[in-house]
Amino acid sequence: MKDVNVPALVVFVLFFALVTVMGFLASRWRRADDAAHLDEWGLGGRSFGTWVTWFLLGGDLYTAYTFVAVPAAVYATGAAGFFAVPYTIIAYPLVFLFLPRLWSVSRVHGYVTPADFVRGRYGSRPLSLVVALTGILATMPYIALQLVGIQAVLDVLGVGGGENANWFVKDLPLFIAFGVLAAYTYSSGLRAPALIAFVKDALVYIVIIVAVIYIPIRLGGYGHIFDSAAQHFKEAEAGSLTIPENKQWTYATLAIGSAMALFMYPHSVTGVLASKSRKTVRRNMAIMPAYSLMLGLLALLGFMALAAGVGKGVKGYNSQLSVPQLFADMFPDWFTGVAFAAIGIGALVPAAIMSIAAANLFTRNVYKDWLKPAATPADETRVAKLVSLLVKVGALVFVLGMDKQAAINLQLLGGLWILQTFVAIVGGLFTRWFHHWALFAGWAAGMVYGTWEAYGISSKATKHFGGNAAEIPGIGEIGYIGVTAFALNLIVAVALTLVLRAVKAPVLPDETRPSDYSAEAGDEELENAPEPVAAH
Amino acid sequence: MPSDPPTFEDVMPEPAGSPVPAVTPERVLAGLALLVPIVAMLWVSSYDKSDPAVAGMPFFYWYQLLWVPVSAVFTVAAYLLITRDEKARKAARKGGAR
Repeated sequence: MKDVNVPALVVFVLFFALVTVMGFLASRWRRADDAAHLDEWGLGGRSFGTWVTWFLLGGDLYTAYTFVAVPAAVYATGAAGFFAVPYTIIAYPLVFLFLPRLWSVSRVHGYVTPADFVRGRYGSRPLSLVVALTGILATMPYIALQLVGIQAVLDVLGVGGGENANWFVKDLPLFIAFGVLAAYTYSSGLRAPALIAFVKDALVYIVIIVAVIYIPIRLGGYGHIFDSAAQHFKEAEAGSLTIPENKQWTYATLAIGSAMALFMYPHSVTGVLASKSRKTVRRNMAIMPAYSLMLGLLALLGFMALAAGVGKGVKGYNSQLSVPQLFADMFPDWFTGVAFAAIGIGALVPAAIMSIAAANLFTRNVYKDWLKPAATPADETRVAKLVSLLVKVGALVFVLGMDKQAAINLQLLGGLWILQTFVAIVGGLFTRWFHHWALFAGWAAGMVYGTWEAYGISSKATKHFGGNAAEIPGIGEIGYIGVTAFALNLIVAVALTLVLRAVKAPVLPDETRPSDYSAEAGDEELENAPEPVAAH
Repeated sequence: MPSDPPTFEDVMPEPAGSPVPAVTPERVLAGLALLVPIVAMLWVSSYDKSDPAVAGMPFFYWYQLLWVPVSAVFTVAAYLLITRDEKARKAARKGGAR
């Protein structure tokens, strides 16, 4: 075990204390008249303007795990790990097409979750339930991985405990971090991560800008960095600076599949629905790429870690530690503390929003729809707050009790699973043509096929779920399983809808009207709507 | 109308009585502006090479990084076009109601 890096630790703890205070004070920020309503705790009162939404979404989507995992993938595989860049380039033009419609219809009808919309549109409680459960299932391992991000930082700081340390001592800093997070999320709801996101994003921008200028100067320029990375990949006989021709499909399908999945995640939808107008949503799709640029630069840090010799000669080096270690090696101690604070706080913001989103899903689409239909908005808020605590405890148990690899496997699966809700949600935003049972069957087919295919992939690190790409039937190229499963899902949904319409199968009522999908804040549709109606 | 099966008219629905057609030049152009970055990024073979490098950075990397701001420009264009289109629709709706 290494010595504790005291200056870095002090800076880290100071920033952590700052955001803790902010988290608790956030409950007073833009305080609402009706604090008992789920719209307040779970969506920040649906009041965030363009800039708050930009910080919130940036803090929400670009997580600590992203900061650690994207450069780690580049460190380990080279060009293949860079797919995160085309993924985030594609994502915003793609969602520009449908997110404004989701915002409008949710605002008119008071929907808090994507599953709320599905129930309102198709009238089908089972379909809404599976959309909600898929969301919760995909979010849980994602929260757990935020802990992995904090753990990586604590390890490099030297406070993660050695191999021989007692498990309690070893994980005590993690317990404290998550305990504090749970407490202010409980009391302040979505306002806490929204406020903390300002600090997080500012820190991240500062650290990345300094890193991509300062580290290459110390390492002898980008030319030298890419040369030594190429040399490394040659010697290791793994990875490369460009994509091998037979992997180009994998690269493209991973980019498009991940882009489609991004705004199916409940925590992304929560960030979007919390904005105050349709215009806010559209504007954000145009300014979010600032984060993508940062992510691209961050990915390059993987090459810098190679050039700096991080982990060189260490057998089975954990690539997740490569970037935190690079920071510790290159920066003065105090700035290492700033960089680690960026990663640590970068874990807290998404973890808070994800637990709120999962809690909203449970409360609205399981508790209210199935267990207690008479629940008042105050009941909903109470349940959601409690569930947000449970979700975090669950994630903690997950990380401590299970293999870390299991969390990574499940997060990969989570992306694949959440993509299977795309047909029902995005399809529903444009047409009521699909039959709800056809969508249900398509979802089931995609889930089973994707999970089964992923189960069959082994890698060095794990026997099952060792990757996310397999041969695409009928095309013969290797592609992202999630996209293949999505295609199957769509084919099943279309085919069965044709059959069910041919036999005139009964259709359930649709509570939405065409004009709901283009409503803007201040419109008649909104002013006349019986909203905010968290209770139907 | 629970028993009425919904129809294809639900696709891109228009508020009743709107005199503006569903397909306008603004909407088409906005759609194209959004499509360009998606196609450019999915066409992996067009940028999967090392040369020409810029300041030591292989083509593969600087080209994709360059597309980040370029894609934002296209999205801003789509935003402006759609905003214009929605204004025209709103005006037409108001005019129609009078």
